[in-house]
Amino acid sequence: MTDLSDPEQVSRVHEAALHRAGELGCRQAEVRVERIRSQAVRLRDGRLETAADDLEVGVGLRVVHDGSIGFAATVAPTAEAAAELADEAVAAARATSVALGRLVELADEPPHGDVTWSSPYTTDPADVPLADKVALLEQWSRRLLDAPGVDHVTAGVLAVSEDKAYADLAGTVARQHRVRIHPVVEALALDADGGFETMRTLAPPVGRGWEYLHGDGWDFEGELAQVPELLAAKLAAPSVEPGRYDLVIDPTNLWLTIHESIGHATELDRAMGYEAAYAGTSFATFDQLNELRYGSPVMHVVGDRTTEHGLATVAIDDEGVAGQSFDIVRDGVLVGYQLDRTIAAAMGFARSNGCAYADSPLHVPIQRMANVSLQPGAGEGPTTEELLGGVERGIYILGDKSWSIDMQRYNFQFTGQRFFRIEGGKLAGQLRDVAYQATTTDFWGSMEAVGGRSTYLLGGAFNCGKGQPGQVAPVSHGCPAVLVRDVRILNAKAESGR
Amino acid sequence: MSGRAENLPPAAEVVETALEQAGGEGCIVLVEDTSEAEVRFANNTTTTNGVRRDRRVTVISLQASGGGTSAGVARRAGPADLAELVAAAERDAAGSPPAEDASPLLTRAEAAGPSGDFGAPPVLTHLSVLSDVLTGLAEAFDKAKKEDRVLAGFAEHRQSTVSLGTSTGVRLRHTQPTGSLQLVARSADGTRSAWTGAGTADFSDVTIEAMDERLTRRLGWAERRIELPEGRYEVVAPPEAVADLMIYLLESASGQEAEEGRTVFSKKGGGTRVGDTLAPLPYELRSDPAEAGLQCAPFLTTAMSGPDDSVFDNGLPLGRTTWLEDGRLERLRYHRARAALSHAPVAAPIDNLVLELPGAEGSLDDLVARTERGLLLTCLWYIREVDPATLLLTGLTRDGVYLVEHGEVVGAVNNFRFNESPVDFLGRATEAGTTVRAIGREFGEWYNQTAMPPLRVHDFNMSSVSPAS
Repeated sequence: MTDLSDPEQVSRVHEAALHRAGELGCRQAEVRVERIRSQAVRLRDGRLETAADDLEVGVGLRVVHDGSIGFAATVAPTAEAAAELADEAVAAARATSVALGRLVELADEPPHGDVTWSSPYTTDPADVPLADKVALLEQWSRRLLDAPGVDHVTAGVLAVSEDKAYADLAGTVARQHRVRIHPVVEALALDADGGFETMRTLAPPVGRGWEYLHGDGWDFEGELAQVPELLAAKLAAPSVEPGRYDLVIDPTNLWLTIHESIGHATELDRAMGYEAAYAGTSFATFDQLNELRYGSPVMHVVGDRTTEHGLATVAIDDEGVAGQSFDIVRDGVLVGYQLDRTIAAAMGFARSNGCAYADSPLHVPIQRMANVSLQPGAGEGPTTEELLGGVERGIYILGDKSWSIDMQRYNFQFTGQRFFRIEGGKLAGQLRDVAYQATTTDFWGSMEAVGGRSTYLLGGAFNCGKGQPGQVAPVSHGCPAVLVRDVRILNAKAESGR
Repeated sequence: MSGRAENLPPAAEVVETALEQAGGEGCIVLVEDTSEAEVRFANNTTTTNGVRRDRRVTVISLQASGGGTSAGVARRAGPADLAELVAAAERDAAGSPPAEDASPLLTRAEAAGPSGDFGAPPVLTHLSVLSDVLTGLAEAFDKAKKEDRVLAGFAEHRQSTVSLGTSTGVRLRHTQPTGSLQLVARSADGTRSAWTGAGTADFSDVTIEAMDERLTRRLGWAERRIELPEGRYEVVAPPEAVADLMIYLLESASGQEAEEGRTVFSKKGGGTRVGDTLAPLPYELRSDPAEAGLQCAPFLTTAMSGPDDSVFDNGLPLGRTTWLEDGRLERLRYHRARAALSHAPVAAPIDNLVLELPGAEGSLDDLVARTERGLLLTCLWYIREVDPATLLLTGLTRDGVYLVEHGEVVGAVNNFRFNESPVDFLGRATEAGTTVRAIGREFGEWYNQTAMPPLRVHDFNMSSVSPAS
């Protein structure tokens, strides 16, 4: 069996696949040898419920043969199997060419030679014994369970350690190691009437190691100390009166709105109809590039595969393209899209901006999201308090929960973890049952102010879904706190007719 | 495919070797061999196409600890180093507290009976399974181009063979073929769209031609466009839309979580709503490994414990399980340990789901013909939970909502965002048709084997208009 920690053995797998693909007449071929360690631990009321330790190893080869794409993959990472992959990928390209309506081309990318890169971290979570993980989550759970008013606690952590060795016929060879982690703790309180409320930690998933759970990048101790009191207040809070409100939205909630209404909407493969059967298309059609008024003039959105600790950060993407940073919305106007090499060539771009990704060696790379982030205002201000000060009657929203958006990324609805009433520029207690609903361009067009650098936070998710067969991608979204005027608020209980 | 398959040792050999190497109180070994072939297409051309071969080996080690039994689970892909894998599982078991879901491993006599040839090689698929689909696509693309239509979709076929062995002598094997074909047709200007999808075991019962004809009919309906506001409407929900809502309902039917007071199935004051009537119509919602046309594994395999699933229950015989009977909540999901604690029957997950109203007859078209005024849906999309207490879900209509008046479709309506609970949805249904195999647009990817009737439901909550088309 191939030892994936041995560069020479990995090179032999690369060479076998690419050499055979070249022999078969492929002009382009990319091979990935991957080793992905995923660990999940979950406790319920302080007792271990789930512990999984998964190691995925495999080889995936994509070829372009006579303008048709073929992909083949195996979990047997040997040179012999890799050479067979080339035959199978070419056979797939040939078989499906009977229904090929357009020849596939890839946008040019210069070869980058040998590249070695690692995301920044101190302790790889895969190296932390399960007992230590359980012990820390037990301690966190116990702390909440001991607090008055907390009836149940779930605590978990997902951690991934990913090694990807990429090579292509053009001559790029990239060995990349990425680590990411997502701890979540949720407390639940029951009321006397049979109702309940939950309160979850707001800590985002990040491209960091185990040190994240010990204070490097997030104050878990401080947040856990607040949860019981916040939960009790939420349980006692009044249900929101539906209507239109001004919103101050914290980055812990807004990252998801950015993800759904900007991140996906500005994927050019979607806009051109290549996800029409699954993820959907986009209202931000290509003919509106440099013209579409996406939002207010304070809106500046950047796609970036180089963000420190970003979940979509890489040195080289899964088509051999170097990680880049590029504008998507500038001064409120659509000025760019996320691209892979296929869509870049099809739409006349000279180069891809590096947004190809496959979530597994067994999946073909497709266009996936960069770290798409809303930029803060120039300088330090305004602060969140200053944004709140500009609201006479509104709601301050923190933390993500439920999310949904239509297939063209127009109509969305989000809830959250914590909702505070704003009266006269000040917080005036929590609310329950809040959901906000809007149309993308109306919402971003009503964004009156963005907070300064002091309010900026990198949120994100491990589980962005796209493609058929389905793939999940990790991605981060940075943003400041923002002030958005006149947004429709629903009462979730009333929506159910109760 | 066959060449690389031979690079992997036989599953039975992997099971026996891992069990031989394992120590402790017990051991479970799962080998999952998967072979897949797929064709994706959009804009009247094939796009990403391929084949893949996967193997996952899971070792679950059981160790005595603290007066109980702890479990360690490790999983590896491909030709796993079994000594390393067993050691990893044993290390995790040693590092874990006693498992809350611990139960004695099933014996050979207690587990499901003989199932398959344990030593046989895995069943593989090949892209040739999709050759008729590809031929059909080539013809459909030509036709679509001439008629200013654009086709997109996905066809996939999978053969999954699972082999289970335990230190108590259980040896079980099951092969599950699954496939699906989905097709979307849009007018070239993007203003009209329609979707259809089907689950299939071998693609002998689906054709691109028939699906394309269905979509052409619907695009024709959409030539007349009618704008309607948000509000509550009578809807005729096709089996595909019903499937997604029923899947979510079942996935929310955790016995333990209901007892904890945190789901729609929690009883006010404590306990669960088992026994409560949820719907006035006498529906049956069931899962059954022997369901005709939807056969699935007759024994449980799971590599991960959760509130309702337990690794200790691997090999558990699965039989017909009725979740709703006569419209009454009959069962919630429990693994053995929790069921014993709660004095409830064990109810493990089964890989199919059927909703049926005894005696109901009629197709979707028949329900439309009996509609005075209402909305005919195509499918639901981006379904997410808003409120677990009511199981309020939000989501959107997609690829075709049609106004029906006096028994006929009179045009296409704008899309809507809905806010609805599947429990209330069932409760407000006034008529059902014949149950047929149908695949949910949203969850069918993971829950391929569902059979549902079309339903008529009044006061469906269309919360706002979606401009998407």
